[in-house]
Amino acid sequence: MTVVEAAGLSIVFGSGTQQTTALDGIDLTIARGEFVSLIGPSGCGKTTLLRAIADLERPTGGTLVVNGTTPEAARLARSYGYVFQAPALYPWRNVERNVMLPLEIMGVAAAERRERARDRLAQVGLSGFEGRFPWQLSGGMQQRVSIARALSFEPALLLMDEPFGALDEITRDGLNVHLLDLWRRTGMTVVFVTHSIPEAVYLSTRIVVMSPRPGRIVDVVESGLSAERPLEIRETPAFLEVAHRVRTALLAGHSYD
Amino acid sequence: MTDRARTAAPVLTVLAALAALWYLAAFLTGGGPRAIVPAPHEVAFAVAQGVFGAPVTSPHSLIYHAAVTAATALAGFALACVVGILLAVAIVHQRVLDQSLMPWIVASQTVPVLAIAPMVVVVLGNAGITGLLPKALIAAWLSFFPIATGMVAGLRAPDSLQLDVMRTYSASGWDVFAKLRWPASMSYLFVSLKIAATLAVVGAIVAELPTGAQAGLGARLLAGSYYGQTLQIWAALCMAALLSLAAIGATDLAQRALIRSRGGRA
Repeated sequence: MTVVEAAGLSIVFGSGTQQTTALDGIDLTIARGEFVSLIGPSGCGKTTLLRAIADLERPTGGTLVVNGTTPEAARLARSYGYVFQAPALYPWRNVERNVMLPLEIMGVAAAERRERARDRLAQVGLSGFEGRFPWQLSGGMQQRVSIARALSFEPALLLMDEPFGALDEITRDGLNVHLLDLWRRTGMTVVFVTHSIPEAVYLSTRIVVMSPRPGRIVDVVESGLSAERPLEIRETPAFLEVAHRVRTALLAGHSYD
Repeated sequence: MTDRARTAAPVLTVLAALAALWYLAAFLTGGGPRAIVPAPHEVAFAVAQGVFGAPVTSPHSLIYHAAVTAATALAGFALACVVGILLAVAIVHQRVLDQSLMPWIVASQTVPVLAIAPMVVVVLGNAGITGLLPKALIAAWLSFFPIATGMVAGLRAPDSLQLDVMRTYSASGWDVFAKLRWPASMSYLFVSLKIAATLAVVGAIVAELPTGAQAGLGARLLAGSYYGQTLQIWAALCMAALLSLAAIGATDLAQRALIRSRGGRA
């Protein structure tokens, strides 16, 4: 079953001489249960592609189908959870109420909201922090709250835009392990934007390599690594071989003009 | 020196210098019961006499006059809150209103309130409306402006990221307002409310001048200047300042309660 299907997708911002082609001729199919990373240098349109899937940007050409329908209909049906680059928590709400926010909007009963919020916070390892406020947490903890918030209504599709980009490497490693575990347990589909090769290879079943100006897909690397991935896998020859393929594709698509 | 003494010392120094200057001015201008500048202790005595020397229902009581002014200011402030917030909500949600209403809101404040006040009183008086309402309208006239402009900024405070979050939940316009714009505007609102509260007191006093009011701190000021009772003027001024302080203090308390409910940060 296909979750995302893009054919000849293009997005052009602005008009006239100010015109920028963010995405050009994107063909991509993502099946249910996949963990797909979009990787590329800044300006390659990876975030724009993710935002288009989420109906936060409108395609200017080609077709884009999400969950068998238009991105807008998929958004209105609340079929995805979105984790932004920054935690984007509401500072006037405590941790628990931040996680309950989407449930409030979706009209879930109060008792169930609380129960689900506690459950999701436990999933991201933040039990006991329900009453804290965002400013009382570290950056990594804030981002975990925002993941719990995106998971609160159990979307089958999780879109993540460089969620760990602002975090230190040790925190990022921990969250990567956590995320992979979460993906295996829930069987959801994940589309993950990153500019880190090790992160993309460690997490993904498939890695979509993109190049800038205009944003294009230069290669799609199948990982072939087993689903069981301890962090040490990053030093194995199999892992390094996949990383090498990704790096080669990135270099092929990259120009220094 | 303790910390408290260290912070108090500069304040007390300025206070002492001001008192010295005041006494000097009082001495140079002659003194006596009709002095142009009465000495601080004379003003303090006049205030004390006005507060404690007469029953609160008597027209000689400063408490009575302060209460009349406070009632006007409070009614005007409440009206200003309702009008100011409703205007801001309308302006933020309707681009047309932003362009059509905002210039008039600004223009309203360029007309001196001293010129507006008698007009409001006369027009409403002819329509048979007297008493609290015309005065409250004048207080509200001054008071609604900071609330409207502050709330416009506050309701627009959420950044595109916070708005995108709402969009991914396909939240309704009402949800975006109630769960994002409104709570985000609160810190702006309280800055505005503090300014608005003092302006409501000023407006209430100004409104008492042309109404020929028998009561209120404005009436005391007017009567005092009419009969050359400088002490009465100064005593009324002190009460007006105390009233403004109380108004700021009350909004401050409300703000603290809100901040506490938000875990200690606005």
